[in-house]
Amino acid sequence: MSTSTAPRDAVDAPSRARDILGASRLTNESLTAWLHGLPGVDQVGCEARAAMLGTRSIKTTSKAWAIDTAISMIDLTTLEGADTPGKVRGLCAKALTPDATDASTPRPAAVCVYGDMVPFAREVLGEGSGVNIAAVATAFPSGRASMPVKLADTRDAVANGADEIDMVIDRGAFLSGRYLDVFNEIADVKQACVRPDGTAARLKVIMETGELVTYDNVRRASWLSMLAGGDFIKTSTGKVSPAATLPVTVIMLEAVRDWRELTGEMVGVKPAGGIRTSKDAIKFLVAVSEVAGEDWLDPHWFRFGASSLLNDLLLQRQRMRIGAYSGSDYVTDDSPSLY
Amino acid sequence: MSPTTGAPSRVEIKKTYKLYIGGKFPRSESGRSYEVYAGGASSGAFLANAAQGSRKDARDAVVAARKAFPAWAGATAYNRGQVLYRVAEVMEGRRAQFVAEVRASEGVSERQAEAVVGQAIDRWVWYAGWSDKYAQVLGGLNPVAGPYFDISAPEPTGVVAVLAPQASSLLGLVSVLAPVVVSGNTAVVLSSELRPLPAITLSEALATSDVPGGVVNIVTGRTGEVAPWLASHRDVNAIDLAGAAGAEGVVWGDLEAAAAENLKRVVRPAGTGPEAVEPDWTATPDLSRLTAFLETKTVWHPKGR
Amino acid sequence: MPTFEYAPAPESRAVVNLKPSYGLFIGGEFTESEGGSAFKSISPASEEVLAEVTEASSADVDRAVAAARRAFTGAWGRMSGVDRGKYLFRIARILQERAREFAVLESLDNGKPIRESRDVDVPLAAAHFFYHAGWADKLEYASLGSNPRAIGVVGQVIPWNFPLLMLAWKIAPALAAGNTVVLKPAETTPLSALLFAEVCQQADLPAGVVNIVTGAGATGQAIVDHPGIDKLAFTGSTAVGKMIARSIAGTRKKATLELGGKAANIIFDDAPIDQAVEGIVNGIFFNQGHVCCAGSRLLVQESIAEEVEARLKRRLGTLRVGDPLDKNTDVGAINSKAQLERITELTAAGEAEGATRWSPECELPSKGFWFRPTVFTGVSQGHRIAQEEIFGPVLSVLTFRTPHEAVAKANNTPYGLSAGVWTEKGSRILWMADQLRAGVVWANTFNKFDPTSPFGGYKESGYGREGGRHGLEAYVTTGDSK
Repeated sequence: MSTSTAPRDAVDAPSRARDILGASRLTNESLTAWLHGLPGVDQVGCEARAAMLGTRSIKTTSKAWAIDTAISMIDLTTLEGADTPGKVRGLCAKALTPDATDASTPRPAAVCVYGDMVPFAREVLGEGSGVNIAAVATAFPSGRASMPVKLADTRDAVANGADEIDMVIDRGAFLSGRYLDVFNEIADVKQACVRPDGTAARLKVIMETGELVTYDNVRRASWLSMLAGGDFIKTSTGKVSPAATLPVTVIMLEAVRDWRELTGEMVGVKPAGGIRTSKDAIKFLVAVSEVAGEDWLDPHWFRFGASSLLNDLLLQRQRMRIGAYSGSDYVTDDSPSLY
Repeated sequence: MSPTTGAPSRVEIKKTYKLYIGGKFPRSESGRSYEVYAGGASSGAFLANAAQGSRKDARDAVVAARKAFPAWAGATAYNRGQVLYRVAEVMEGRRAQFVAEVRASEGVSERQAEAVVGQAIDRWVWYAGWSDKYAQVLGGLNPVAGPYFDISAPEPTGVVAVLAPQASSLLGLVSVLAPVVVSGNTAVVLSSELRPLPAITLSEALATSDVPGGVVNIVTGRTGEVAPWLASHRDVNAIDLAGAAGAEGVVWGDLEAAAAENLKRVVRPAGTGPEAVEPDWTATPDLSRLTAFLETKTVWHPKGR
Repeated sequence: MPTFEYAPAPESRAVVNLKPSYGLFIGGEFTESEGGSAFKSISPASEEVLAEVTEASSADVDRAVAAARRAFTGAWGRMSGVDRGKYLFRIARILQERAREFAVLESLDNGKPIRESRDVDVPLAAAHFFYHAGWADKLEYASLGSNPRAIGVVGQVIPWNFPLLMLAWKIAPALAAGNTVVLKPAETTPLSALLFAEVCQQADLPAGVVNIVTGAGATGQAIVDHPGIDKLAFTGSTAVGKMIARSIAGTRKKATLELGGKAANIIFDDAPIDQAVEGIVNGIFFNQGHVCCAGSRLLVQESIAEEVEARLKRRLGTLRVGDPLDKNTDVGAINSKAQLERITELTAAGEAEGATRWSPECELPSKGFWFRPTVFTGVSQGHRIAQEEIFGPVLSVLTFRTPHEAVAKANNTPYGLSAGVWTEKGSRILWMADQLRAGVVWANTFNKFDPTSPFGGYKESGYGREGGRHGLEAYVTTGDSK
């Protein structure tokens, strides 16, 4: 884990934003000029770069390392209307013991649940398990609620014991050019993440890149989220398709890399939704390594928002350990489909 | 034209012509001229004195052609078509002079000369009409296997040296010159050595038409003396060797070899083997002389959101 | 040691079955040379001898031309376009089926990364045969003139940088139009052409339609000078191109010449910067810079020069140099000792002339021919490294201030093969594309190739086009038959 970066919690986002923009007052105009001044993204070139990264051939020892690293980066997720305390407890048990046949299996970074489920997760995980609890907030997944409701949603999750908050931005505001509204929304939620003791839950900002459509928008939303104080930029809710694609993640990795050049601070990246296979996950790790750099190859700075990915990684892990292909009956499944 | 005819009371003005370079009519820097006789003969009935262009005149003509190239190549196709058509109009106005000179130079009958001049004028019109069409015929979209807009279009090669046909002093000249300039090339023409008068009159027509100075430069003189300098000139992009056929002391293979030094595009003279013959210029042309002085440029651009 | 070290991922060599020695492919069979000698083809990555091949004598070239003439006046010349096309389709399919074999062989013999031979060279070669197969029975629709038909026997001499792909660029249109071929692959990379000869046998292509004669410069000269050749197609250096043009002067041989380049890759301050950096890297480090259209001169707008240099250097730090057969290799071996010496000499000149040299840290194998990706900054137009084609992984960085200055610098070279432009301003792209005197302009991309897309240069980069309807023109004659 990198220790060279300044703590994000100490940052006063609006004042730093004024510094970076060189503006005496933060206005929608100044934000627009800044965001639209970012270099454009050529879609074809970006996708070609991502495809090239996807051709890297990761074998033997590096594959074993990548699988364990990927497991340790998972935010093991259940975000269904049908979620129950029982489902969440099962998910948490899985996080504590991903593979009962092999105690050396790393634990995922976190479980990711709705805010009201946080207490049930805490019951199972306790303190000191190494598995964090992330809660979605701000009227997830649509984000269509008033600010007081979003802030209350956030405070509630933090009060319930969430270590991390996954908020959604107002994509409608973003797409209609109301960047200042989005900035304020993120900055205010960031404030709501502060606990009474002065510590704060880490804030992941879900941009819902599938609704932003263009890569130029993804780049602008990434920079806006970082400027407003997000600790992580995250692709998707998992409820919109396309969710986490490799090209979108490449753009976000470029953004956090360039942000560090500008400010010295690191921001995390979390692709979420649609990453189901070990092969896919390894492509993302290659992208992390070659685009952002090795400092991000750490669960503190890179996460996968996923559910079924864990078991595919475990199958691959078993195959490498026992030298034969494994099957789904040899990994435990605590979240089978309801249907 | 003959100095022996005409009214006894008047002494005729014997003409001494000059070169046509950069839209101006300079004398040869060498100060030389040579006598031109009827029927392209090397003696006999005197027609006029023509400037005997030198290698330095050819060099100056290349400089003028290079200078004129960007604007002429950058003119709209519509504009170039208009300019070429204007040449036909101006020639039509001087038809009688052209007929007389073709008759005198080529030793043909009045009727034949009239037919040749008419065809020469019509050839300008034919090429004028091509100016805004050949790009569509020769270029187009390439359906590449990827998310790219990919288009090929012809562009002019640059400065083209033209050895004008020796026998067909006007129709042959127009048949090799018009396809060069219609696409935006600029030309340095070595006129028919022994039959330069129609070329000289054409230069006067060009000077009073809308063809910008330097687009067409006409050097009269000895083909065998000047052509090697054009063939080896590094700022010349292409050369038409049509006029090597029947030119004294000219081996077209040597000119082609010299042209290889900067990889000029070379149009060989007609004929088989080392022999060079002058083709029948009255035949309907095809696009080959036009395409010979075109470069295909292909532009790629990704298609993305 | 990096956190995420990629373990070796070598492509298996087992798929390639090389013979210890090869004869000449003449008249549909591998034959012994008449008076020629033998030479070895080595792997530039390891200096291992791969096979012994024949240096064809002029008597061998005679035989090959005669075989090609027989085929032209015989079975192939009489064959309908429909059937010719079917042979080309057949060859295309076989190339696809044997793609891995060709890719591995190409990387072995040439030194290029397997990722490129697998993803670029071989698929594009197959695509060229597919594309041209369709033309075989449609020549009269190609707007080339009246009565379009084959020229006759075509001599083809190809370079070592894309051995199979250049073969495909040459043979596919020649055969589609009904010509027969005598082809000489480069002396350092003859093996994929010899494997292609086996493909011709496998496809039952009539004898003599394709003849492959291996050898060096003398063999090539024998083809160029042979009176039985009707048309020449050459890809290679401008110096050799000029020799060929001189050799055929005064004859009736037609020629297309695909020669050198010194392409400018122009980056404006409003470029899509991350893709531009990728384009710069792809432009000059693709195929170790052994690319005639390589973007070897980077022209950066002064206002972003420092930023682009920094981003470029960071990106070069992730390039993986090494074993061409490793699937993760980005930059392979230099093709030959001679080429390595030329690159070394020119880069030394670059330093001596005062340009600043930079290369990323990377370990090079102890055997074979290797050169680190190299960037020169502070380069002026007058420097040799800005004028001469290096044909290696060496980038010269120059700056400009205005579009006019960029165009002037880009065009200020005897070459005119390709150019790159990076800007998000559409109208500027079109203006630049008009102004650049180059046969291929890549805007917001670089080094893209397609069988439908004409490729070829202005000025001393040669004449004629390859690919598309325009490329077909080089293999067709029109007008009344004599």
